[in-house]
Amino acid sequence: MDVKDIFSYDWSYLLPEFIILGFATLLSLLDLFAGKRLGKQVIGWLSLVGVVLAAVFVFVNVNTLDKPYSYMADMIRIDDYGNAFKLLFLGGTAFALLISLSYLKKGEVQHSGEYYYLLLTGLLGAMVMASSADLITLFVGLELLSLSSYILVGLRKKSLQSNESAFKYVVSGGIATAITLFGMSYIYGLTGTTHVYEISMRLAEAGMAGYQFLVYVAFVFLVVGLAFKISAAPFHMWTPDVYQGAPTPITAFLAVVSKAAGFSLLFRVVMISFFNVTDGVGRFFFQEGSLYLGLMAAASMIIGNTMAIRQTNVKRMMAYSGIAQAGYLLVPFVPPTTLFFSEVIFYLFAYLLVSFGAFAVIMVVAQEQQTEDLKGFAGLYHRSPIMAVAMSIFLLSLAGIPVTAGFFGKFYLFMGALAQENYWLSAIMIVTSVISYYYYFGIIRQMYMRPGTTEAKMAVPKGIWVFVLVMAVATVFFGAFPGLVTDYVQTHFNPSFDFGNMLPPNFQ
Amino acid sequence: MDSVTNILLSSLVFSPLLAIIIIAFMPSHKGGTIKLVGILGTVLPLILALWMFGLFNYDTANLQFIEKHDWISIPIGMAQTGAVFTFDINYELGVDGISMPLILLTAIIATLAAIASWQIKKRLKEFFILFHLLLIGMLGVFAADNLFLFFIFFELTLVPTYFLIGIWGYGEREQAANKFLLYNGIGSGIMLIAFIVIFVVMRTLNIDQIGAILTTPEHPISAALTPEFRFGLFMALFIAFAIKLPVFPFHTWMLKVHVQAPPSIVMIHSGILLKMGAYGLLRMGIGFFPEQAYQFSTWLAVLGIINILYGAVLAFVQKDLKMVMAYSSISHMGIVLLGFASMNTIGFQGAMFQVVSHGFISALLFFLIGVIWDRTQTSMLDDLGGLAKSMPFVSGVLLAGGMASLGLPGMSGFISEFFAFLGLFGRMPVLAAVGAIGIVLTAVYLLRAILKTTFGQAPSRFTGIADAQPMEVIPMVVLLGCIILIGVYPAVLGNPMQQALKTIVPIVTGIGG
Repeated sequence: MDVKDIFSYDWSYLLPEFIILGFATLLSLLDLFAGKRLGKQVIGWLSLVGVVLAAVFVFVNVNTLDKPYSYMADMIRIDDYGNAFKLLFLGGTAFALLISLSYLKKGEVQHSGEYYYLLLTGLLGAMVMASSADLITLFVGLELLSLSSYILVGLRKKSLQSNESAFKYVVSGGIATAITLFGMSYIYGLTGTTHVYEISMRLAEAGMAGYQFLVYVAFVFLVVGLAFKISAAPFHMWTPDVYQGAPTPITAFLAVVSKAAGFSLLFRVVMISFFNVTDGVGRFFFQEGSLYLGLMAAASMIIGNTMAIRQTNVKRMMAYSGIAQAGYLLVPFVPPTTLFFSEVIFYLFAYLLVSFGAFAVIMVVAQEQQTEDLKGFAGLYHRSPIMAVAMSIFLLSLAGIPVTAGFFGKFYLFMGALAQENYWLSAIMIVTSVISYYYYFGIIRQMYMRPGTTEAKMAVPKGIWVFVLVMAVATVFFGAFPGLVTDYVQTHFNPSFDFGNMLPPNFQ
Repeated sequence: MDSVTNILLSSLVFSPLLAIIIIAFMPSHKGGTIKLVGILGTVLPLILALWMFGLFNYDTANLQFIEKHDWISIPIGMAQTGAVFTFDINYELGVDGISMPLILLTAIIATLAAIASWQIKKRLKEFFILFHLLLIGMLGVFAADNLFLFFIFFELTLVPTYFLIGIWGYGEREQAANKFLLYNGIGSGIMLIAFIVIFVVMRTLNIDQIGAILTTPEHPISAALTPEFRFGLFMALFIAFAIKLPVFPFHTWMLKVHVQAPPSIVMIHSGILLKMGAYGLLRMGIGFFPEQAYQFSTWLAVLGIINILYGAVLAFVQKDLKMVMAYSSISHMGIVLLGFASMNTIGFQGAMFQVVSHGFISALLFFLIGVIWDRTQTSMLDDLGGLAKSMPFVSGVLLAGGMASLGLPGMSGFISEFFAFLGLFGRMPVLAAVGAIGIVLTAVYLLRAILKTTFGQAPSRFTGIADAQPMEVIPMVVLLGCIILIGVYPAVLGNPMQQALKTIVPIVTGIGG
């Protein structure tokens, strides 16, 4: 490929990525040469500007692009699927930056310049993961996100726990990456290409030609590696330790952005690559292949929700809750329907609002009480009613109780699952949801029904106060009017999968 | 006039919002004013409910005061034929002869419970905000004509009740609140699954429409459903509402709530929240799947008898007055099941009469227990006694309430039990005869409890206690008035119900041939 080819592409579609890359590079230089003079807050605000600017251009792409635009044989592919996920990543990172601005004032993290631009590189990795249809670029994106997160988790240099969790994250993350690569190598071996859409066709041929077993092996390794990223059971062991040790805004970043990126990759690669594979008698791979994902979903829901009951550390509890949420998010995949894409995007959207809201409250409470223990929430209602009410809304949303965005998200997942007559997974989902009431209401019990150590009003930073309030209002608002989001997804995003034969049985 | 009736139902359901907003902006140290606003806030829905009752047309079985707005629409895709399918969730309200009396019951009991909340001493602001949220949920459940909306309102009652029990209850309030939450959570979960299955199969959530489709065998959607599938859905709905009602063996949570919750919340809980189970069972369980309900009716009767006898026997051995009344509630809910099991107009009428009548009676009895507890700090039968001397009025009302509960003619309990058993004797004479033993047992345990409370030697520490205050007299008189009104003039309740029940029954009896 020569230079002329490269210039023949319309690079404007890639502006969001360039902006993030540019900001990350410039801010790292700025921090190096003028960090002392500028003050760290400036770098934080500048990062936020970069993220917002990138989001604006993603919206421009959403409105102008009517069919996927491909660079260099789909090494980078700008399409609706990627754009929708990118908006979630950008939103998540913007929220993480917003709460970080307050978090870093306490001085637990000395290297705040690095903190900000590593968030940006992590975001860039996630964006690449969402907008590529080639295993190599996908893997580069995955690594960029992972490496940035490893450092971010360990940034509380003086904290033993932070170091421990970073170390655990690196080691187990490295193993997961290796397994993913191993799975990809099988795919390459079977098909001789790294291009996902070509893989899709050749893998079907390979399946027909008697390599059925190897196709399954590739599938299993790929899924195992990616399950790590989305913290689905049984590859969830790292989650509680890492979530507990990481700085709280980073925990939220991992819980939402990193997890969503894992889902975008999992869905893109598995959905497209294995879509055409049949077992030779006309049954689609997904009808049984997704059974594995179903088992993983069930295991995540059960393990996440039951283990969370036993936790006394709030961040660990949220980690297990996140494992359960990963399980819920796998449900629309078993097997996918036409609703699949909008289900996932809505659920992630609701999860984005709620997680960041909840982690913001957890951060404030933990910093004020000097403990991440559940008891830190005791009597919160008397010290800061607004925080307590907002937190209750977030917890109700996580538990899936109306009228919250989380409720509709779950309702939507149920709709998809039951339209596919997937009764067993729905039953597990409903039972584990009720189990989850126990620990979500455990926090509520602390806030309203237990006396705290002090009755003094809690000092909440102005920024966080506004942020939490906005998230809480949004959670209720989108719970009452979820149509605003689903309509937007339907009219602006066409995930470019052929769902023609995925209509639920009752609708054919 | 038309424009008013078009939004009357929504205004009624959301009218408690007004009080919530006012209270939210009041300083929390002004306890007395908050109480006043809290009570006056429940008068508004009461007035609207009475007005609606006045406008209610007795001569039609159709829904009235219908409201319908588009809400959420989700395209699901295109069929090979090119038709685009959407999932539509609409905002749909409407009342008929079954829900109208229950809305009125809710409004009356809510106002009286708000008055009974005069006793609440701590965190008044939160109490009344949650109280009114709960009221929105309860009114909404009976007004909803859409399963999604019904579910949302149903859940909306869950969270405030959890707080009301958990914060303002007695000693073991938190365990009671947890138990309440988990049991009802499971019930709601099963209900949600059943609703969504109905939704994806029928492609509508409108309660009226679903009932019409399911009971028209010629309809293509209806024809495609196997009896097993229907029976599965019926059982799911039955279990969901059986937990709420509660039906043995799902009743344990309810005992704890009755003992631990504050009196005003028990009034609401026993008076209205349990009734949502009966309402759902009739409207969705029997209304959607009459054939399956008919097949299941023997079991309904057996479960009803177990409830009656189990409740009555255990009520007899309880040491705590609250527990006596809690088991009495279980026993009385058995009569609702018997009424349903009869599968004829008289029986259904008996069941719905029992729902309303028990709503008033249990609210009255639990209110009285609250009044007694307030003065004596106990509800243990062994500690009580001789209250007739120092509290003649309260004791008199207690006795009257007990008489109503055991079915004394001239009071509402008699009418409902009479109809329910009359209905059942028509179909299952043996089971009805067994169930009738319960009536005798009811008299035994109620008289025992009341005698132990009001008669006998009064402990010396009870000599100085005061009789009912004016604030306490109002709920007693109103509730007793309602009980007697239904007892002597049952048409007040029977007339509005008549048409609506007539539409359900022919379908059911048509199957029975």
